[in-house]
Amino acid sequence: MRNLILTTAALALASTAALAQDTVRMGTEGAYPPYNFINDNGQVDGFERELGDELCARAELTCEWVTNDWDSIIPNLQSGNYDTIIAGMSITEERDKVIDFTQDYYPPTASAYVAAAEDADLSGVIAAQTATIQAGYVAETGATLLEFATPDETIAAVRNGEADAVFADYDYLAPLVEESGGALMFVGDRVPLGGGVGMGLRESDTELRDKFNAAIDAMKADGSLNELLVKWFGEEVQTYPVDGGDSGK
Amino acid sequence: MFAFCEDPSSIDGLTWLACYLTTGKHFDFYWSFITVLTLLAITAPVALAFGFAGAVAARSQFLPLRLLGQGYVAMVRGVPDIVFFLFFVIALDQGIEWLVHQARCPDWTEPIRNGLEFRVCPEAKVPSSRAPQTLHQLYGFGLAVVTFAIVFGAFAANVLYGAMRAVPRAQIETGEAYGMTSGQTFRRILVPQMWVYALPGLSNLWMILIKATPLLFLLGVQDIVYWARELGGTKTSAYAYPHPDWRVWYFLGLLVFYLLMTAVSERVMARLSARLSHGQATLAGETQRKAGR
Repeated sequence: MRNLILTTAALALASTAALAQDTVRMGTEGAYPPYNFINDNGQVDGFERELGDELCARAELTCEWVTNDWDSIIPNLQSGNYDTIIAGMSITEERDKVIDFTQDYYPPTASAYVAAAEDADLSGVIAAQTATIQAGYVAETGATLLEFATPDETIAAVRNGEADAVFADYDYLAPLVEESGGALMFVGDRVPLGGGVGMGLRESDTELRDKFNAAIDAMKADGSLNELLVKWFGEEVQTYPVDGGDSGK
Repeated sequence: MFAFCEDPSSIDGLTWLACYLTTGKHFDFYWSFITVLTLLAITAPVALAFGFAGAVAARSQFLPLRLLGQGYVAMVRGVPDIVFFLFFVIALDQGIEWLVHQARCPDWTEPIRNGLEFRVCPEAKVPSSRAPQTLHQLYGFGLAVVTFAIVFGAFAANVLYGAMRAVPRAQIETGEAYGMTSGQTFRRILVPQMWVYALPGLSNLWMILIKATPLLFLLGVQDIVYWARELGGTKTSAYAYPHPDWRVWYFLGLLVFYLLMTAVSERVMARLSARLSHGQATLAGETQRKAGR
């Protein structure tokens, strides 16, 4: 009998210890394939889902996925509704002022214009998602910026003629152009933007940031990050040198 | 769901559609209709209660209570819904956490407000960050109900305030002639008679409330409009069921849903109105009396 009580007590202790481990809530948008999207089972899926789960496993953290509108993704991080932003967010100086970033897990990339015709006017009406580096860039070029809350709506605006072209991340656009059957095409030159994609965290969460940084380092060193990049973005994607160098920074 | 849905890329036609419409994501969509209906079913009576309290306060003899009632009605009606939903919910959420923080972590030394950040001790998080996601969703839903009730309560308060003043003075006077106190005339004569005057205004509010549910998404509750937009958007082969932009079909579905809601509401309101007019000193009540009903 005493044994039974002891075992129960030990089990109870063990389970509280397991519970005491903090859950890290991972905030993402869920509308930005192949970075992150909600798959047909209603679960968060994509490059960042797989990467995030792997990082959490390496850092020995329990993680839970939460979706949030892109527009309010930073304020909700700050008020503590979740602990990280892992949503294809480019590291920029402006954002770095309000939140902290891990090192990049996706090398600095190019953004591109997509239009419905070769001769689209790139100084005309350009669609972009609100509060993205692409929207900021379009505003600077002098073109008329047409903002939308979700990336999908920016594409729809080009298809229905509301905008002359859409300006967005190249890797987001590539599958859409490829599968449009010729209705959409890349126009103009690619524009290198942003300092790579990193995870956003609250500035005071330095400990969590260090844990994720270490895990990203490890994944860069053993090449597993590159494998994920190729799996989700294709052979053409820019990868990290496997010797542990940090060209991305 | 079905066995033949194992490999979506190998099927087409109606089979494909059957599989497509029964994905986990679509069930989330179907569930969201229940979420919205539940929200309406809970919010409407709560908002009415807020409205009643507001109206009673606004016509109180006691000055502070009157100011409180009038202030509530004026302030909430004057603030755009979307601002209210963005600001008030975050304020309410942080307010709750701040109170819990004061109770549970008296020894916490770090500042709670750190620039734009809001940090309470981990024990004070509501709901706890270890809680399952469903609890977080339930909490968001609760916040939504409270916020909707406060906003629509203010409008309802104004409607009820007007309705209370519309009850003919002669009715109250009769009650007074029988020796009823002001509380008794309020309960026995004013309140039972005011509903017929309040009904048109309240039915307006109900219609607006039905259509205001997309605001839920601002609160992190995934409602029917969110799912329609998400499911209808262009799907590349990253998804198991790729398709072009189908938003128009999803929104057509929503249109039918909202029209049905409106049609049912109209009918219920018409019956309610006929019932409330019975024996009232209004034109409708008089017509009913003459018709011998």
